[in-house]
Amino acid sequence: MELSEARPTGRSRARGQPLGKLGLRGAAATYLLVMVALPVATLAREGLSKGLAELGRALVHPVARGAVFLTLETALVMAAVNAVMGTLIAYVLVRYRFPGRKLLDVLIDLPFAIPTLVTGMMIVTLLGPRAALGQLFEAAGVRVVYAPPAIILALLFVTLPLVVRTVQPVLHELDRADEEAAYTLGASEWTTFRRVTLPAIAPAIVSGALQSFARALGEFGSVVVVAGNIPRRTLTAAVHVFGEVESGDVHAASAMSLVLVTISFCVVLVVSARQRGAHG
Amino acid sequence: MAERAGGGQGRVRVVLIGAAVLYVGTLVLLPAFSLLRGALGGGLRPFVEVLARPDVLAALGMTAKLTAFAVVVNGTLGTALAFVLVRDRFVGKRVLHALVDVPFALSPVAVGVVLLSLFGKGGLLRPITDALGWEVAFAWPAMAMATAFVTLPFVVREVGPVLEEMGTDQELAAYTLGASPFVTFFRVTLPGIRWGLAYGTTLTMARAIGEFGAVLLVSGGIAGKTETATVFVYRALEDRDDRGAYVVATVLALASIGLLLLLDLMRRKRGARAEPGG
Repeated sequence: MELSEARPTGRSRARGQPLGKLGLRGAAATYLLVMVALPVATLAREGLSKGLAELGRALVHPVARGAVFLTLETALVMAAVNAVMGTLIAYVLVRYRFPGRKLLDVLIDLPFAIPTLVTGMMIVTLLGPRAALGQLFEAAGVRVVYAPPAIILALLFVTLPLVVRTVQPVLHELDRADEEAAYTLGASEWTTFRRVTLPAIAPAIVSGALQSFARALGEFGSVVVVAGNIPRRTLTAAVHVFGEVESGDVHAASAMSLVLVTISFCVVLVVSARQRGAHG
Repeated sequence: MAERAGGGQGRVRVVLIGAAVLYVGTLVLLPAFSLLRGALGGGLRPFVEVLARPDVLAALGMTAKLTAFAVVVNGTLGTALAFVLVRDRFVGKRVLHALVDVPFALSPVAVGVVLLSLFGKGGLLRPITDALGWEVAFAWPAMAMATAFVTLPFVVREVGPVLEEMGTDQELAAYTLGASPFVTFFRVTLPGIRWGLAYGTTLTMARAIGEFGAVLLVSGGIAGKTETATVFVYRALEDRDDRGAYVVATVLALASIGLLLLLDLMRRKRGARAEPGG
């Protein structure tokens, strides 16, 4: 976002400008600080208000610990599946022309548009105990809804665009000459992908996967509906925060939120550092 | 763009396309149809009956109100922020830049917790709001703040690159011709960024309509008063009011699909206007 600053030379601009500019800058910066910096500071203050020891105690509580582990586990599985399927979808969208490609491309964004709570409902209506498909799975002895698989499914739905939309532009911009050379030398499509294309798009895949991981850590709307929220078994960290608020323990809720936010921040920082590095 | 002459790779192509379509179909389309079937299973009449219920209307109205608030606030201040971030140079710009993306990294429930620790019982700012007689938590101001917060990055992110690409040549030309900053903004800058702004506000709308976690925590969930459409759906599910939940969820889904199509249309229109980098 670096812009070559064009200093105005005209005298007309200098007159009356500084005040307006200052006002604009002040308003924008104040809005951002009040809206973003204040909440983060508040969260840190609340979470740490009773000291680090108390924060630690709030987190080693079996229910809290179980929630954190479940959240990390499901997010990891989701990120892995997303990395593979997201890359595949991006590859298909960029490299092939087929009827319905445009529709597929638009559908990728649907999860961003659909309210996450509605996503959760969709999964329950499809796979819940009263749905035909759900009963089918139940008969086969597989519990989907109100169990971890449904959490992973919901996370996959919600984060579907992230890997696809990160890899797609990179794949699009990629110089085809290397691939063509590989084909000319007799390499198969798979070999070419693995040896030529994949190394070039790997950073984008990792970025997309990390972003989806960060997004999944805090996911609430879809998970609260599909998970069943049984403490130590299907209660995720974000739902745990909600539970603590409901039971009036804002301190425990802040502590858990602080942990979630810290992890997401670290992941986001890694992503943006990588992106800055990639752009030179 | 060039399509590779497939040759003997036809099978790979079919398998890959098949896998992609199947994955997106089962993950996205199947659940969506399942919801639609549930909502319209009893025909259109019960659907309309639910929509006429006062609590449903109140919830939809609240969502519309909060969305309008987020669009207006982030449309104006988001544009101003983009302006400052692209055109100005000052100490701490990098920090400001990083802060813009924070709402994307924060869990909605964390946003709710923050608002509660500021304005809830015993909250940090509670003495001030109490002295002023303002009701913030469990009322619409906190819900509006939550909605504006989670949608903050969209306009900034969409308008910023457009501003950058546009450069300052035309604006400087306007100044040279004696136009005031005000006139220059409305006659030169605004027309230049209008697609970015339109795109950003549409994204804001989509996200605002669907916001749930943060709003649920700060709303107090008073039916007919502080309930948004998403909070209504949640309560309806809890109360086993399946019909109500289905109908409102479907309305929300249809609204977001409509906005998505609008976004796609805008993207194509913008693309037709020779937007590099697509």
